[in-house]
Amino acid sequence: MNAPATVPLSRIADIVGATNVITEPSALAAYTVDGLAPQIAARPASAQEVSELVKFAAAEKLAVIPTGARTKLGVGMPPSRYDLAIDMTRLDRVISYDPGDLTLSVEPGIPLSRLAQVLAEHNQFLPLAVPFYDRATVGGTLASGVDSPLRQAYGTARDFVLGMEFVSGDGALTKSGGRVVKNVSGYDLHKLFLGSIGSLGLITRVDFKTFPLPRASATFLASFADATAAANFNSLIQKSSLRCHSVEILSPKAAEILDAPTNGGWSVAVSIAGTDAVIARAHRDLETMARNVAPNSFRNFARLGAAAEESLYLAAREFPATAATNRAVVVKLSCLPDSIAPLCQQVTTIAEKHSIATAHVFHGVGVGYCALLSQNSAAAQLKECSQQLLALSANNSTFASIPYCPLELKRQLSVWGPPREDFILHQHVKCTFDPHNIFAPGRFVGGL
Amino acid sequence: MNQRLIADLEHLLTREHVLSRPEDLLLYEYDGSVEVARPNCIVFPRDASDVVRIVEIANHHDVPIVGRGAGTGLSGGALARHGGIIVSFARMNRILEIDIENQRAVVQPGVVNSDLSAAVAHAGLHFAPDPSSQKACTIGGNVSENAGGPHTLAYGVTTNHILGLQLVLPDAQLIRIGGKSLDAPGYDLCGLFVGSEGTLALVTEITVRLTRSPEAVKTLLAIYDRVDGATETVVEITARGITPAACEMLDGWTLRAVEAWVHAGFPLDSAAVLLIEVDGLREAAEEHAAQITEVCKLHGAREVRVARDAKERDLLWKGRKNAFGAVGRLSPTYYVQDGVIPRTKLPQTLREIERIGKENGFEIGNIFHAGDGNLHPIILFDARDEKQFHRAVSTADAIIRFCIEMGGAITGEHGVGMEKDRLMPLLFSEADLLLMRSVRDAFNPAGRLNPGKIFPTGKGCGEVRIRPMPLAGTAMHSTQSGSTSS
Repeated sequence: MNAPATVPLSRIADIVGATNVITEPSALAAYTVDGLAPQIAARPASAQEVSELVKFAAAEKLAVIPTGARTKLGVGMPPSRYDLAIDMTRLDRVISYDPGDLTLSVEPGIPLSRLAQVLAEHNQFLPLAVPFYDRATVGGTLASGVDSPLRQAYGTARDFVLGMEFVSGDGALTKSGGRVVKNVSGYDLHKLFLGSIGSLGLITRVDFKTFPLPRASATFLASFADATAAANFNSLIQKSSLRCHSVEILSPKAAEILDAPTNGGWSVAVSIAGTDAVIARAHRDLETMARNVAPNSFRNFARLGAAAEESLYLAAREFPATAATNRAVVVKLSCLPDSIAPLCQQVTTIAEKHSIATAHVFHGVGVGYCALLSQNSAAAQLKECSQQLLALSANNSTFASIPYCPLELKRQLSVWGPPREDFILHQHVKCTFDPHNIFAPGRFVGGL
Repeated sequence: MNQRLIADLEHLLTREHVLSRPEDLLLYEYDGSVEVARPNCIVFPRDASDVVRIVEIANHHDVPIVGRGAGTGLSGGALARHGGIIVSFARMNRILEIDIENQRAVVQPGVVNSDLSAAVAHAGLHFAPDPSSQKACTIGGNVSENAGGPHTLAYGVTTNHILGLQLVLPDAQLIRIGGKSLDAPGYDLCGLFVGSEGTLALVTEITVRLTRSPEAVKTLLAIYDRVDGATETVVEITARGITPAACEMLDGWTLRAVEAWVHAGFPLDSAAVLLIEVDGLREAAEEHAAQITEVCKLHGAREVRVARDAKERDLLWKGRKNAFGAVGRLSPTYYVQDGVIPRTKLPQTLREIERIGKENGFEIGNIFHAGDGNLHPIILFDARDEKQFHRAVSTADAIIRFCIEMGGAITGEHGVGMEKDRLMPLLFSEADLLLMRSVRDAFNPAGRLNPGKIFPTGKGCGEVRIRPMPLAGTAMHSTQSGSTSS
């Protein structure tokens, strides 16, 4: 379907002001999604303006893609239509922050890094250690559904987003949830927006539960000769009483990319926060587990110095971003924790058959990212390999999708993986929120 | 029509598993709330395919379908407001799979909450949501209501522990959402269905996350001569960033009622107590207990006791978890509210609740999840006096209005059901409710699934029927002491 020939500019300018309408092709190029640039970009400054824009778009049947810092617009399938970019970065205020209650409401355009400063003044933070952190906005982070190494301790956004206000398909300003930490009043509609990549509407406010900043932390790095030993070490950690902040399993290639101070092999980076007594206890327990889990495979165990700890934290957080920036295909995999090693091996085998090297970073809870390091491989090989990896999500215990890959490859793939039996329910959701099919059409699961 | 409906259901399930005699229906016309509604019949499916057939039969006869677990809910969620078939999951009570290695379990909806925890205790695991009714309530009911409990302060409510569901949709389709692994691609359907109060689908199988039980637990009882001292303690514990595993408050009136029955060791002359639990690594629990004790003392706790062993701890919790049973001994009927407020607003809200009570001539007890700001004011009334009943409801509404003014919500864990539907417009705009309704209609287009719940019907509270009184001398709630979920 082709976009309308011309988008009536004046109406959009009426809503957001002429200075906040972008029409020059050179400027619009920055809003490109998978090779498609919009005809116009609008920069609203309030939820009310967003609502007006959506009402207008719905009336004119304009396809809308909401944007933040535009770091993850490549997630999802190429849009089938794209007329209007709604740039949310002017909605960047902290609406309310009650440090004593550990609750926070913000507009979606606020950058994570700026918000972190506000929270740090009260020794609090949001556990969103996500890729593209330095530029990413709150709204883009939630909408793209990226996870973080800190999910070991804090879960993902679905565990600490308390409510949202959003604009859905008819332009109405709507909310669900609230600003209290426990709430079952009405449907949790806001959960549907997490990872929806703009396909249901535009987030205009997010209510969060915040967390106290840990006072001190330590990171321990254990290395092993093989993946199985590393994964078994992870299993012991998951079964122990230690409450770790993050547990990251790194393949040899990933350790190299992350510049982790290992001496080769598969390694596990474990971070823990707490008092000196807690850290000393963790040190003892982790070292014992590492040394005993597979004595023949064990290579090394060490506590990292402060600088190395910080650098590994940043590198692990940015791993998918680093790989994506280098045009690697990034496969996201979910499995049960005891299947991490076999799954990594399966992935590596498939990739090697296609002469492709891999780097794996797996969160200990069973969600990981595998980069296909394919600079020199043929396009056909890469495509076949990617297809075979996506086909790994065959049942309810393994999911595979491709959040980042070069456009030319993406056009030949179904990056969300094979269709699932619950697709009809996703259709119900999409049609309810977006009856005119104007929000990011074609990008989401199953072409929604 | 009713006879043919019953005949079809009996044909499917055998007569033994369909109840329709008036004396049977009486038992299913109530739950833990003050509401009453009589179903046409109650059916007891064995498995998901029975549920599919039941839904087909309901569709054929065009009658409502309402899922029901143990009937311990506090908002009328499991009542057949407009009649129809109650689908009791009592027979679907098997734990289908326990995966210790990956800390998962797959259960049928009728599995009792504490039975699952008991089944995995040997491996040092438990199911984290722990409503007070956990010895009776079912995991299916927990999913429908997104149940909470004292320990959800640190561990999260039901929705944080559900990974996958098998559903029977109102068109009788059987479908799975989510899975044993995390982050299934697509919208977070589990997030939508958990807490949807049975209005979107019937749940026939649940995949849950199991939680590692802590190696150390410390349970503290802080005793206050002023209610404000207790509420200010909660404010400061929260503000200092200490997250206890649980932080419960009982005011003087409530703890005296509890003590008379349970003998948990609550001091009778105090104005309020806080029951605070910290857990985790031994090293961390010790430190948090010391910090909390310091805050309690700073706010005028006259004594902070630490449970010496598991027996003492269990006794304190027994007092907390049986509190509603204890209240039932004092009054033929009571009304429990479930408002939530920001924790910083606790002191002024408790003072306001007392004022509202006095103004309306009620003594209001408070026993609640203080750490979450989730209040449970208890209004005692005599349902035989209709005027008093209506005054109790309007008093409760005044409390809820104040909670909303404070930036709060109408229900923290009990659900909206048919009890708080009329309050929804206080919290949500027309547009909010319209979209929620559209979601319901997309999944449940004929409205056959649990009709008359969550959404305001436009009728006032005069519609609320009064539960029939028990025989003289029997206290209705005391017989259900284990089954109210607060």
